[in-house]
Amino acid sequence: MIFEVDRVTYRYQRQVALNELCLDISEGTRVALVGANGSGKSTLLRLLDGLVFPEAGGIRFRGNELIEEHFADETFAHSFRREVGLIFQNPDVQLFNPTVFDEVAFGPLQMRWRTSEVRERVNEILNRFGILHLRDRIPHRLSGGEKKKVALATVLVLDPAVLLLDEPTAALDPRSQSQFIDLLVQWAGGTKTVITATHDLGDLQDIADRCCVLQAGQVVADRPPADVLRDYDLLQATNLIHEHRHRHHTTAVHSHPHLHPHNTDV
Amino acid sequence: MTGVHGKSRGNFLENTIYGLLKAVERAFYADETAVRSGLLQSFDPRAKLVAMVVLIAAVNFASRPWVIAILLWGTVLLALISSIPIRCALVPVWVSAATFSGAIAVPALFLTPGQSVLRLPEVNMDVTAQGVRTAAYLFLRVETCSSLAMLLAFSTPWTHVLKALRVLRVPVVFVVILGMTFRYLLLLMEAAREMFESRRSRSVGRLSRGDYRRLAIATSGVLLAKSFQLGTDVFLAMQSRGFRGEVYLLDEFRMTARDWAALSSITVIALAAACVGR
Repeated sequence: MIFEVDRVTYRYQRQVALNELCLDISEGTRVALVGANGSGKSTLLRLLDGLVFPEAGGIRFRGNELIEEHFADETFAHSFRREVGLIFQNPDVQLFNPTVFDEVAFGPLQMRWRTSEVRERVNEILNRFGILHLRDRIPHRLSGGEKKKVALATVLVLDPAVLLLDEPTAALDPRSQSQFIDLLVQWAGGTKTVITATHDLGDLQDIADRCCVLQAGQVVADRPPADVLRDYDLLQATNLIHEHRHRHHTTAVHSHPHLHPHNTDV
Repeated sequence: MTGVHGKSRGNFLENTIYGLLKAVERAFYADETAVRSGLLQSFDPRAKLVAMVVLIAAVNFASRPWVIAILLWGTVLLALISSIPIRCALVPVWVSAATFSGAIAVPALFLTPGQSVLRLPEVNMDVTAQGVRTAAYLFLRVETCSSLAMLLAFSTPWTHVLKALRVLRVPVVFVVILGMTFRYLLLLMEAAREMFESRRSRSVGRLSRGDYRRLAIATSGVLLAKSFQLGTDVFLAMQSRGFRGEVYLLDEFRMTARDWAALSSITVIALAAACVGR
């Protein structure tokens, strides 16, 4: 197992975000954490990235407990950060350097790679993502799609074993969404562990082999994506779909569950 | 995409937010200027940082306005030689500094006891020679110090300034806070602007003073909560990519003989200014 989450509880002041959540993730799997807003997806990703720590229960990464004391040890912190990367939902918080090149070079420099290696690797990843022309641009002035690509490049430049994604396609136009998914699929290539938090059911089968449905801080279903997408009762109970009513030409109003994403979700 | 252009038609609070956004935009422009080729840009950031601190100390030790005026003139000359645009880099800071120092300096013209040089019969007050000297001294000191700080900002990329601070043994926590502030300020200003624009899109007519005050207080509260959230997120995003306080850059700093010579010359000039100006 790459991650073992054992009865984890986490609260924001009095509000419970995760409630005795249990989850095991094996190496090389692609897992989607699906749930409505406030179901605890983003919190779980932050816990898996060792950015916050549980109030009760424990998380292990390759058998090592993720606790604050371990991150105080530079060797452990470096090796963990090298292996696990997180893409935040809001790319603006992730882009804090003066140029795109500096932004992508930030991670490798923290890992103390040789400068020649950093330059080579950064150019390579910018080229692979088709954003080499943005290398000298100021990140905050990029478009939403470009920011997301740069944010992905900042993490994938380290070639981590685990990639954590928080709503990766939120607020992207359909073309950017599809490009982003292609980049991800191409990078993972069936060997990497990819954990994606999303409430966008449209791309579920492209990004995951396993789907965990979260509700009120607990995993309420853990099945292949196709099974989850077929279970309308589960999707409706967890607020992932709503009854969609519309009129086809001049026929009577008809309704069916609404599965496709709304790009206005932020 | 972000960009602050034109003049807003909002009230005091909104105009302040737009003003701050423009200032942050200017800071990004400073980084663009800092990577251009120029005299100051070619020196090691550590040498520039130490030189600026030494010169600012000299300005504060000197008490003769003409000595400070020479240092200010030297600062402007350095900016010109280094292709730093005076209008964009120095004029805005001169105006702000003049406004704030003027609030203290103008009363000093009348209140400092001494020999009268100008009588203002309308207010029945005298401008004294000593008052003029005090005001000029205060005004020049503020203008020169702020110009020196801007010279550093416009000739050195922000990340280089941070690394130079670490090399000079400034504590990690201070450098981390400075590093985050740059990014975080822009996000916070953006959030504030969006809040005001959203409020404007939903309101008709002018608010009464009371309503405006209530709105301003409520907005400040929400911004405070947002700022806390944003600050946390920016720091977590840095941590997630391995940041532990140290600043690592692609460009290695190297003090050459030229840097040492420039730093020594500036130190001699600063010492001379401090001694002559006393």
